Amino acid sequence: MAETITFRDGVLEALFEEMRADPSVILMGEDVGAAGGVFQQTKGLFEAFGARRVIDTPISESGAFGMAIGAAMAGMRPVFEVMFGDFMTLCMDQLVNQAAKVRYMSNGAATVPLVLRTTMGVGAGLGPQHSQGFHAWAAHVPGLKIVVPADAADAKVLMKAAIRDDDPVLFFEDRQLYAARAMARDADETLPLGRGRILRPGRDVTLVAIGRMVGVARAAAEALAREGIEAEIVDPRCLVPLDEALLLESVRRTHRALVMDAAPLRYGVTAEIAAMIGEKAFDWLDAPVARLGAVDTPAPISRSLEPLVCPTPEKVAAAVRAMM
Amino acid sequence: MGASPKRAAGGAGSKKAPPAAQDAAEDCLGLYRTMVLIRHFEESMRRLAAAGETPGLVHLCSGQEATNVGVILALREGDYIASHHRGHGHCIAKGAPIDLLAAEILGKAPGICGGRSGSMHVVDLPRGNLGTNGIVGGGIPLAAGAALAARARGTGEIAVCFFGDGALNQGLLHECMNMAAIWSLPVVFVCENNGYGEFTAMEDVTAGESVQARGEVFGIPSVTVDGMNVRAVRAATLAAAQRARIGEGPSFIVCNTWRYGGHHAGDKQDYKDDEETKRWEAADPLITFAKTLVDEKRASRDELAAIEAEVVARVKAAVAFARAAPQPAIETLEAHVHG
Repeated sequence: MAETITFRDGVLEALFEEMRADPSVILMGEDVGAAGGVFQQTKGLFEAFGARRVIDTPISESGAFGMAIGAAMAGMRPVFEVMFGDFMTLCMDQLVNQAAKVRYMSNGAATVPLVLRTTMGVGAGLGPQHSQGFHAWAAHVPGLKIVVPADAADAKVLMKAAIRDDDPVLFFEDRQLYAARAMARDADETLPLGRGRILRPGRDVTLVAIGRMVGVARAAAEALAREGIEAEIVDPRCLVPLDEALLLESVRRTHRALVMDAAPLRYGVTAEIAAMIGEKAFDWLDAPVARLGAVDTPAPISRSLEPLVCPTPEKVAAAVRAMM
Repeated sequence: MGASPKRAAGGAGSKKAPPAAQDAAEDCLGLYRTMVLIRHFEESMRRLAAAGETPGLVHLCSGQEATNVGVILALREGDYIASHHRGHGHCIAKGAPIDLLAAEILGKAPGICGGRSGSMHVVDLPRGNLGTNGIVGGGIPLAAGAALAARARGTGEIAVCFFGDGALNQGLLHECMNMAAIWSLPVVFVCENNGYGEFTAMEDVTAGESVQARGEVFGIPSVTVDGMNVRAVRAATLAAAQRARIGEGPSFIVCNTWRYGGHHAGDKQDYKDDEETKRWEAADPLITFAKTLVDEKRASRDELAAIEAEVVARVKAAVAFARAAPQPAIETLEAHVHG
């Protein structure tokens, strides 16, 4: 049996390999060094690469992330970790007004090759200020690239691609996926950002899913298959750049699309992708493009309320049935 | 009411700095020429702004030439600076060609950034300039980060971040001073304290008895200098740069200075006191340094006048170039968002 790795270790392997290959790659964040990361997601890097490349920052997200941008402009390739996605708000000025705009402002003469990696995801009782995913916010900002990996093998190759990319890349890791295993892929394999994949072929409906929603879509597709409905699952992997060609090609075959995300529905990424499909594949559609997202509320901690927040396989299957 | 920091016109403030002497490496005429160049460039930009030729907002640094030049001409090629919204002087002192800078401010194609960024967003990385910046305090972490990169590489560059008194109350400054101190980063924090954040007097919004104490609290060697005296600024910068280069970490220099033109070109400056303005104008960095050079017999009045005439001609040519330059081609609108 081939080797499998967890999502967490997929990202960690990518960091080891890229830091070994390129001395300009550095890691910054709270407790990423000697402690090995609060989720053990940076374990061993400090011992391997030392304090000048694996840098424990104070709890100063704005200043420390701004310094990562300055370091990137000065020739480094920082990977900056924000422990919980919610804390990204503290970096927003640096992200939006500095990192995202430097290439444009300099007319292409300066670049900010950095990765902001952060965790997200409702579901561990972490509540309103430790659960949110800001990928939709970030995707609205010109100049940023957005990656939302769905499994361990992808997490590894996409992190390697993100580190090698010359633009600021936001890498959103769903903590619910951290322990999930997937088949390891070749160590040297990389993938250009912006290439999606078809995970399950199907003739009747296209399910567009990122991150944890890929697993939800798979469970729904299995249930639907028992009813004779064959769903195709497309994982765009990156929200910016978005693999529009792959999505449109799928929808033109299936004639139906359901777009889903685990972040709040309103003004979210599902709206953008659904609008794009509506604009570019309208004549192929047999039903309005449908969307599913989290409820538009902060995440509650209660064990009765929290499971109601994000789309479930049952909700996905019900939404598909309503389209047929 | 609590105590607030005080500034003395043409002086260092409450803590008297030693009088600055010429150092062996000083190119006194180079300092003078660069200050005069910045002044004439800025006054040309003021006229262009009044004529409606500069898109958006333009913030001029006339009056602050000694802080621009005293700091930057004490650096080495390869060192980094990060500037702020009042940053034309920094760009010029760091070597930006004035014709291309003028074209950028006018939004023209040959500008340093292709005419798309203008006065507040000039990024000139090939000359080590991390950029002027539209966010107050925005350049501070960029310079500290460039210093972090230099330290990680071991390549020996240092970085300077310029900010105004307005940034003293940004949390970002304190975060970055703390990190620069704990990591002994080769960075020099330079506060160009011109007494006003936009239209609000610094004293009205800034607590504590001294500005330099904001560096001292992090254990950062901090000094207040006469920001109208280019030699005083240069001497403080050389000392700070030396500390940075030998691994002794950051320094903080407070330069008390004055902006002649108010917050932005066209600011009527009703909030300023006439007597205060007169006191600062008497300490004009160009006039006082010219007098010093003549008194020390380093140049005659005629030689200084010749330098000024040459500068005026250069600025005139740069402005003519920029005005005649084409607008950016419309197909460049979406270029360089991503690689």
